[in-house]
Amino acid sequence: MQTASSTTASAAAVGMPRRRVLGAYLEEARSECLRYLRAPGFLLPVMLFPAMFYLLFGVLMARSNGADAARYLLASYGVFGVMSPGLFGFGVSLALERDGGLLTFKRALPMPPGAYLLGKMLMAMAAAGVVILLLLAMALSLDRVTLAPLQAGALLLTGMLGVLPFCALGMFVGTLIRGQGAPGMLNLIYLPMSFLSGLWMPLPLLPAFLQRIAPVWPSYHLDRLALAAVGMNRGPLLVHVLVLAGFAAGLALLAARRLRRHG
Amino acid sequence: MNDTTVARLAAAVKRYGPLTALDGVDLAVRRGELLALLGPNGAGKSTSVSLLLGLIRPDTGRAELFGLDPQRIEARRRIGVMLQSANLPPTLRVCELLRLTMSYYPNPRGYDETAVLAGIADLLLRPYGKLSGGQQRRVQFALALCGRPELLFLDEPTVGMDIDARQKLWAAMRALVAEGCAVVLTTHYLEEADALAQRVVVLGQGRVLSEGSVDDLRKRVALTRIRCVSDLDATAIAAWPNVASAMREDGYLRIATAQAEAVVRRLLDADSALGELEVQRAGLAEAFTELTRDAAEAADADQREAA
Repeated sequence: MQTASSTTASAAAVGMPRRRVLGAYLEEARSECLRYLRAPGFLLPVMLFPAMFYLLFGVLMARSNGADAARYLLASYGVFGVMSPGLFGFGVSLALERDGGLLTFKRALPMPPGAYLLGKMLMAMAAAGVVILLLLAMALSLDRVTLAPLQAGALLLTGMLGVLPFCALGMFVGTLIRGQGAPGMLNLIYLPMSFLSGLWMPLPLLPAFLQRIAPVWPSYHLDRLALAAVGMNRGPLLVHVLVLAGFAAGLALLAARRLRRHG
Repeated sequence: MNDTTVARLAAAVKRYGPLTALDGVDLAVRRGELLALLGPNGAGKSTSVSLLLGLIRPDTGRAELFGLDPQRIEARRRIGVMLQSANLPPTLRVCELLRLTMSYYPNPRGYDETAVLAGIADLLLRPYGKLSGGQQRRVQFALALCGRPELLFLDEPTVGMDIDARQKLWAAMRALVAEGCAVVLTTHYLEEADALAQRVVVLGQGRVLSEGSVDDLRKRVALTRIRCVSDLDATAIAAWPNVASAMREDGYLRIATAQAEAVVRRLLDADSALGELEVQRAGLAEAFTELTRDAAEAADADQREAA
């Protein structure tokens, strides 16, 4: 029996050329983007919700504050904005697809590991980019925020990369909760975490205790980076980058393991 | 195991909480054969398939695909899959789904060849979500065979198909088997197993109840049922030659036999007042019902004994 097993195993070891594997990744990413572009009903609210929030609270309600406050709010609401495509675009779609059997089907197929997640990640990054651009457009036209082109670019880059830890968090929640329960659970994380890390109201206005525990939240660290991008934070940045990277990697590993084992 | 085995379960046990879905199942799929997996709902068909696909892991025992852990991608590159329910992205066109799935395999079947074989050449430009249920099943079948698999898993493939589409799918399955592709087919339709399968495994209560060719299964109950109203003694008839069983039930005399003509002749000779005579051939369906009912009764009896 042992020898028979090994002969079949060696036959199976005939692998797939690297170019074809790469092709599979590209096809998967392309399909993932296509399907959401053709069904804007899913991603549009995810992008417009934080933009509307910024318009109401960051622009209209905060008109009397100075130029620094306006930039501060732009950065913080930008972070709030990119969390949404990460958590919802990634987490909810994953939860729904686990429910509908698509993920089971993909797991049964020889899809290269991670191709499906990579496609979703690219989509979330694109959505995050759109959110930041929307906010920038509103800030520059309505709020008369002054921003150097380099700062605007830095904020865009921060947003597009900063969505990744929240993709990981959304993915992890998506592997824990199936189907319709996911949006509620994600809101339960999204909104309090945004408040607690000072995205709606600057941290110094929050109670001292909440200020002290703010570094627990990944959104706090991304906020530090976003503030630096618009020239409002001159402190060291590496530590925040490392925290976010570690947070993203840890959750992504946990989630990937759950997906591989349980689907 | 010999080296013609492409997939197997060895003493596989899978529990979901208190429910034992599979209770020590041994199953081997041989190269190039069409194996039908039959059984009532909850018998363990889907669990068996999920184990072989690596979607779940056995609690004890083993599942192997080409001698490898089914979760290894190298093993899965040699299989094709059609699951019972899969909501594929509705906004993608059929051609896009096909190209995507083909990209997963090292040496896929040609695009046009796949479309023709699965009978979806006319659907390629349509969005998947706009197709009828039967058309969607045909597309799923195309996705299953596009990778030129050595082993194809088809879980209830013809549910929701009209007769014409079903016939076409059967023809395509025969063509695949002729190419040397092994197929594991789970189905509710016994005529499907009858028409296609070289070997039939009947599952019930998470165990293998019977395994053999379709003819073997049929022979197990290649009996004809006779029902009539008569005063003849059932126990005496049971002792007649060629009578498998005889009993009285609801006022009817019920006889099972492999030689209906001889038994009927003797019955009519013995009782001139005999009436309401009915003779019915037991089909595969009855064989199957019998088999699974016996298992259910046995399980009940076990439980009573245990209690």
